[in-house]
Amino acid sequence: MAERSFAKEVRKLKLGEGDTFTGEGILALTKALLEAGVGYVGGYQGAPISHLMDVLADAEEILTELGVRYEANASEAAAAAMLAASVHYPIRGAVTFKGPVGVNVASDALANLSSSGVTGGALVIIGEDYGEGSSIMQERSHAFAMKSQMWLLDPRPNLPSIVKSVHQGFELSEASNTPVMLMVRIRSCHVTGSFAAKDNKRPPFTVRDALANPRSDYARVVLPPMSYLQEHDKINNRWPAALTYIREHKLNEVFGPSEAPVGIVLQGGMYNGVIRALQRLGLADIHGDTEIPLYVLNVTYPLVPDEFFAFCEGKSAVLVVEEGQPEFIEQSLGLALYKAGSSIALHGKDMLPMAGEYTGQVMLDGLEAFLKKAAPELLPARLRAPNSDHKPALPDLSRTVPMRPPGFCTGCPERPIFAAIKLTEMERGRHQIAGDIGCHLFATLPPFEIGGSTMGYGLGPASNAAFDGGGDKRSISILGDGGFWHNGLSSSIGNAVYNKSDGVIVIVDNFYSAATGGQDILSSRADNASKATGHPIADAVKGVGVKWVRQLDRTYDVPKMREILNEALTTDHVGPKVIIASSECMLNKQRREKPLMAKAIKEGRRVEKPRFGVDEDICTGDHACIRLSGCPSLSLKKLDDPLRDDPVASIDQSCVGCGNCGEVADAAVLCPSFYRADVVHNPGWAERKFGALRHRIITWLQTRRSSGRLEFVRT
Amino acid sequence: MASMTHSAFTPKPQDPALDQIIKLAIMAVGGQGGGVLTNWVEDCARSNGYAVQATSVAGVAQRTGATIYYMEMAPLRDRAPVFSLLPAAGDVDILVAAEMMEAGRAIMRGFVTPDRTTLIASSHRALAVSEKMVPGDGIADSQEVIAAAEIAARRFIAFDMEKMAIDAGSMISASLFGALAGSGALPFDRSSFEAAIKASGRGVEASLRAFAAGFEAAANGTVETPRSGRIKTVAGAPSGPKPLVDRWNALAARATALPDPVRDMALTGLRAVVDFQDLDYGRDYLDRVEKVLAEDDPAKGHELTLEAAKYIAKAMAYDDVFRVADLKTRGSRFARVRGEIAPAKGAQMKLTEFMHPRAEEVVGMMPARLGRRLSASERAMRLIDRLVNKGRRLRTDRLLPFAQLYVLGGLRKYRRGTLRHAIETQHLEDWLAQALAYRRIDYALGVETLRNRRLVKGYSDTHARGLSKFDRVMDGVALLAGRDDAAHWCRLLREAALADEKGEQLEGALKTVRSFASQAETALPN
Repeated sequence: MAERSFAKEVRKLKLGEGDTFTGEGILALTKALLEAGVGYVGGYQGAPISHLMDVLADAEEILTELGVRYEANASEAAAAAMLAASVHYPIRGAVTFKGPVGVNVASDALANLSSSGVTGGALVIIGEDYGEGSSIMQERSHAFAMKSQMWLLDPRPNLPSIVKSVHQGFELSEASNTPVMLMVRIRSCHVTGSFAAKDNKRPPFTVRDALANPRSDYARVVLPPMSYLQEHDKINNRWPAALTYIREHKLNEVFGPSEAPVGIVLQGGMYNGVIRALQRLGLADIHGDTEIPLYVLNVTYPLVPDEFFAFCEGKSAVLVVEEGQPEFIEQSLGLALYKAGSSIALHGKDMLPMAGEYTGQVMLDGLEAFLKKAAPELLPARLRAPNSDHKPALPDLSRTVPMRPPGFCTGCPERPIFAAIKLTEMERGRHQIAGDIGCHLFATLPPFEIGGSTMGYGLGPASNAAFDGGGDKRSISILGDGGFWHNGLSSSIGNAVYNKSDGVIVIVDNFYSAATGGQDILSSRADNASKATGHPIADAVKGVGVKWVRQLDRTYDVPKMREILNEALTTDHVGPKVIIASSECMLNKQRREKPLMAKAIKEGRRVEKPRFGVDEDICTGDHACIRLSGCPSLSLKKLDDPLRDDPVASIDQSCVGCGNCGEVADAAVLCPSFYRADVVHNPGWAERKFGALRHRIITWLQTRRSSGRLEFVRT
Repeated sequence: MASMTHSAFTPKPQDPALDQIIKLAIMAVGGQGGGVLTNWVEDCARSNGYAVQATSVAGVAQRTGATIYYMEMAPLRDRAPVFSLLPAAGDVDILVAAEMMEAGRAIMRGFVTPDRTTLIASSHRALAVSEKMVPGDGIADSQEVIAAAEIAARRFIAFDMEKMAIDAGSMISASLFGALAGSGALPFDRSSFEAAIKASGRGVEASLRAFAAGFEAAANGTVETPRSGRIKTVAGAPSGPKPLVDRWNALAARATALPDPVRDMALTGLRAVVDFQDLDYGRDYLDRVEKVLAEDDPAKGHELTLEAAKYIAKAMAYDDVFRVADLKTRGSRFARVRGEIAPAKGAQMKLTEFMHPRAEEVVGMMPARLGRRLSASERAMRLIDRLVNKGRRLRTDRLLPFAQLYVLGGLRKYRRGTLRHAIETQHLEDWLAQALAYRRIDYALGVETLRNRRLVKGYSDTHARGLSKFDRVMDGVALLAGRDDAAHWCRLLREAALADEKGEQLEGALKTVRSFASQAETALPN
């Protein structure tokens, strides 16, 4: 069960001819796949296309009705490999994952797929995670398209364009026997808008039909000598076929006047940003009608040279707007112009920055700089004069406003694991610790600062391999359950067993692929109607030969976690020491339990609800507890007490009573100011009576003491 | 190539329709319901005949990190408008900040400009980890953001929308939506905003309450800035047996007789120490304060006595086992917990305390002589530790655990004879004597030395670390006494000590102090 449910939204997938679809980009993509008669879909979750996987999962019933197979693949490599079904069979297939990390993982399958070539349209929908809010290294998927020769679509970021490019992508793929990557940037995945819906189409040839009529052709197999032939086929047949299709079906678009001194060449995804900059420069209207001609590359690979030359004709300069680096498009266009002996001025990364997101200001500055140089007469007078803007001086807030990176959620079960590791390090000194991909990577940030690297999904323990031989202190590596099943079991655990690693491996098992939005995985505890869950990580680990395995079923037990860590760091066992720390992701747990609890209370059943608090008189404001927590619900407040210099700890009503505060106060011998209050809703008769009696006696004792001494009521 | 070409270039005036695009950015902290708010605004705009586009950056940014939602809208026409997918500096009409520092971040990023931006900010704070983990006070100053907002924004509306939402039993997204509606920045009427909430179908009633509260406050143009400084607590009359109250009044009169700047602080301090122990202890406190006063300089505004009144009280009302047990079992504390947790009517409440005594605490409760002998013996300490050192969870809503703490709290009568008291008193006297000694050569240094007491806080290891920081700062100060800038350096050392847990900054500052102290040694006359 994923964090966000699309159960309501997927009804929109049933819209037909004459209806207008209004909604989010990813949902539009799914609808477009169904309208295009896709035969099978799959993928692996990750921002920004996690929700696309969630939509597919929630739409499984609709998919099945149409005869479409949906697979939640084990990794991007598995997803890309699934496209093999389109090699021999005339079935359209689509998979989705994030770029470029997903493409990295999938590259083996993608390269083989590209070499074989396809019969049915094969579409890889890449959620490009570049710019603000991205969680990964900043690279481009473009390079993969070039090296494996897959076509790359980068449609304008509005729903009709995205939907159209799905249809065009399949057709282009089939026309050129080449797989196609369709790139959607992070914001276009979540952009809202409308498009005219069409009827869904059953795949004319289904995967079941294929099973009934198997085919194979060794010419498609990547093995000498066929692989040499495939390489020539790419250049001699598939490439020209693609150019013809792109040209004839007008996949790229030209906007603006047919004659102008300058023009702009841009990736489709940059269109809205370029138009906004032109609007601000007074060179485009609200509908995007522009005074500067635009050549919009909805296909960024391959480029169509004759289209480009036609666009350049009569112009003295063109600007290439291409986000990210290296500037593959600008380089290709420059080479083409040079070989054609053209004298047109080519601008690009000299006007716009080489690295980083092309935000509104960057785009405005870049276009203004280009026009100032190439065609200043087009700019309004106010922009030609230097420094016409007068901005008020603002106080510098850079030292005031704190950074706010993502962190563990309220009540996260991973927090106590890292509190235990921090306490262990306080006792035994610092260790070499390697992180992995997942929520647990937030432990590298304050207040924990545990782990100094992340090498890839499921590769945490593998990235400590150089230290497998052991030394004065053992290395520790972290691996999440998502990473474990993605790649970790073989690349990390198997690797450690085989090499007799001396290291300690902590597997953080929170029952979901949590960082990507709580999708189920093999070891999930929840029942899933269409997937097999409930396969324990411990069994898998033992299965590949790990002998020293410790399973902790309540990560909030900090003393126990410390004890296990200490044992792992000191045992004379040879081979990897694997600790599996399991507790359910709190975000998902709350989402599951909160409504049930509310219902139970309403129905009059007995329910206990825990919450923590801090006695402000006892807290001295040293914040040691926060340095072992960082929980959003554990914050500070300033008391109206002139004797207090420092703010005291305080827990707000968002506390879910996970227990970390009490455990840490206990394990670290912090202070006695925490308390836990369990509210018992609908207590039984005896409980009520006893409670009342106890309350009376306690109150009597309290009154007795306070009547004998001075007490001050705080005002 | 698809072509939508039109005739050759003719310069034309800027499209006036562009001015109808409303650009709205929401800066929030993950988990505040920014997505819900975005959907509401979208629905509301669509129902008013607007073309709308919204985008967000989901993913890890939502895990408690700073995140941004952006939308543009314009009256619907025959052709679709082209909207931007991300906000640009200097080009935002409405900026909704769901937290005060996020408003600051928006200003820093240039999204708030005086020519166009209406800034609607919730004045509450959701503290960042970097603010909370500092051992001292690391909380960022909202006043600086407010000062900047008043310059940067065309209109600035700020009040605590978080509290408003909680009071209404809803989420801040609802009160923010109300504030947005009430600000009049969007050309839609109130009922269409409310219709969007109703259409969403979950927690509608509570959301509408929070919406209404936000609407009213914003419609009135509220700029409710957080309190600057603290409210002075007024010493209320104590409750208790008449003879004790009479004696208290006499002591209070003695405190009231102190010079004006010291009076309030001395009364507060007096209350704290009497609450900690008894009236005699209060008398000791005033004796100490008056001793400092005798050496003070009225020309300096009695700063020395003021700080003494504050920190002597803190030093005398130290945190020991009796104190914790007493506080935990008081009726007023039970009432406060009940108020904070607010159990529903008919519900019961269990209460668990987390105690972790060590041998040090046990020995500290013993008579001084016995305690000293035991703590000198490693074997004895180890044995006691083995007996007591473990986490103990006490259910103080139950009779037996309550009685345990109640009895412990009652033992405070014997506190004066304990080892802990002897140690604390010695430390207090040494520190006070040192401060007065410094005062005689350098008034400001005397004041700063008193303030160093702030470093001693916490329990067990944290307390030990605080004491060690205090000692190290005092050692550093000793090198500087007599210099013109000694007080300045004393303050810097203390601030460095409060900046991080391990005292790394303090170590750096001490290094600097040592280097110039040794250089200047020969140059100093005394």
